[in-house]
Amino acid sequence: MSSATPTEGTAGGTSRRRRGPRTWLAALPLIAFTALAFGLPLGALLFGAVTRTDPATGATALTGEHLSRSLQGPYLGSLVGSVQLSALTALIGSVLGVLIAQAVVTSRSQALRSAVLTASGVLANFGGVPLAFAFIATVGISGVVTQLADLTSLGWNLYSFGGLAVVYLYFLIPLMVLVIMPALDGLRPQWREAAQNAGAGGRQYWRHVGIPVLAPSLLGGFVLLFGSAFAAHATAAALVGGSVPLVTLKIADALSGNVMVGQENVALALGLDMILIAGLVMAIYLPLQRRSARWLR
Amino acid sequence: MAAMTPTAPDVTPESGTRPAARSTAPVRTRRRPRVWRGLVLGLGGAYFLVPLVASFVFTVHTPGQGVSFEAYTALLSADGFTESLLLSLGLAAATIALSLLLAVPALVAVRLGAPRLRPVVEVMCMLPLVVPPIALVTGISTVLRWGPDHLSRTPLYQTFLAVQNEDFPFVLVLAYTVMALPFVYRSLDAGLRAVDVPTLVEAARNCGASWPYVMLRVILPNLRSSLAGAAFLTLALVLGEFTTASILGFRPFAVWIVSISGAQARMSVAVSLLSLLITWALLLVLSRAGTAPTGTPGAPRTSRKES
Repeated sequence: MSSATPTEGTAGGTSRRRRGPRTWLAALPLIAFTALAFGLPLGALLFGAVTRTDPATGATALTGEHLSRSLQGPYLGSLVGSVQLSALTALIGSVLGVLIAQAVVTSRSQALRSAVLTASGVLANFGGVPLAFAFIATVGISGVVTQLADLTSLGWNLYSFGGLAVVYLYFLIPLMVLVIMPALDGLRPQWREAAQNAGAGGRQYWRHVGIPVLAPSLLGGFVLLFGSAFAAHATAAALVGGSVPLVTLKIADALSGNVMVGQENVALALGLDMILIAGLVMAIYLPLQRRSARWLR
Repeated sequence: MAAMTPTAPDVTPESGTRPAARSTAPVRTRRRPRVWRGLVLGLGGAYFLVPLVASFVFTVHTPGQGVSFEAYTALLSADGFTESLLLSLGLAAATIALSLLLAVPALVAVRLGAPRLRPVVEVMCMLPLVVPPIALVTGISTVLRWGPDHLSRTPLYQTFLAVQNEDFPFVLVLAYTVMALPFVYRSLDAGLRAVDVPTLVEAARNCGASWPYVMLRVILPNLRSSLAGAAFLTLALVLGEFTTASILGFRPFAVWIVSISGAQARMSVAVSLLSLLITWALLLVLSRAGTAPTGTPGAPRTSRKES
């Protein structure tokens, strides 16, 4: 069947029509896989979060009990803690990332640029466990810098909210540099020259031209950083254990066994809460990214 | 000169305005930026370098005992190091193979003849971004618990046991592939955007090439750099992944590092540092492999260098 096409379908129209059904089949494995490996766990999560199974009868009933428990007491505290930490680190990371990217772009040095881009590509993926240990060795209790500079007497504590923020910035700033660099490149020198020719100063240029053009990318970058900090678990798990309330740590606690009955469903409900927050974040990010792409061609 | 090159293709019509504006602009705007630029780059460089240098010092220098490289030399003989690293590399290879096998045909197909499927495929690939790994793993562990609870008398139960095999937990490959899909999709999509797939395929088919030949010798060589990028991102993801593996109770590389950190702090830091250097080296090798000329006709190569 497939070998017949090139000899017959010399006219473009017929071959195009024939390709239809077959190409559709090539996308099928991906769709089937996503449904199985992604849709099934997601469905299980959703189902477990809103139902309760009676241990005696085995009957399953719809309930909002788990969700409301996940929004109370320590669970709510962990959600709020996660959102606070993510918002704070995303804000600082965006500002510092833009500053570094702008410094690199204006330096006009190709070597610096490629070095920063490569380093950012690696460091943005350098989350998780290795990052936590690098910081423990540096500014942990017996870390090298801690002892050299006697940070403990200055009130420094790595295993705290602030300490965690410093660690998170290590992979968030490079991420922002990667995201914002193309946008800064898209600011054409001609625009600046046009503004100058029209009599605008540097501040006026940024206020009326630079920032409005960059705004979607800036917001999009912030949102991406937020999502990335919000979902981070390994770094926090290796670093603070349980001393900072974070929703990812609470879920891992509830899942990894020896806890009360019914805790698992609360973990599922917390997972659902996270998905809702992350979904909200993505719903902001995707349209913004499309909008910023309009200017950056 | 360096600044001219990246914008050059876009600005040919207006290029006449550049020299005139250039002669006045640098005088007014160049002075101050140099100070803050140096400051920003200096502070940024310090923030990113200090932990790396300090970690290295931490691994080789014990206060009061001097310098020793024992943390590195003892690594190979450390209990579990080789097994966990091999497990992680095996998982990474399987994940890369699976995600590319799934994504490449689908992405080529939606460009060729099924444009209506394109938004579906895009959403399917990007959705995992919305679900944090920890939420995905809660779902997976729930599904895995169905095995013993409900399915123990059906043939499906064997499958449940097989995917949780300690030696090669295929369930992790499934989870990692889901997590890698957004990155793979983005990388491939950017690569395909620079290639006119329908024309290439039509030309090759008119010359009598078979479908496998078209895919292997026409499409894939054009996607070399984005395939390399997708593979690298997946590899970095799998090597560093901790959440899924630790909750499901397997012991690949990242979980092993945490498990030894209590008893051998120095070694865990040494391994962390090494894993960063390995990632760095791989990135350099792959970015070179993706763009280096190796004898294939190179007309579209310059356009792909940016991505």
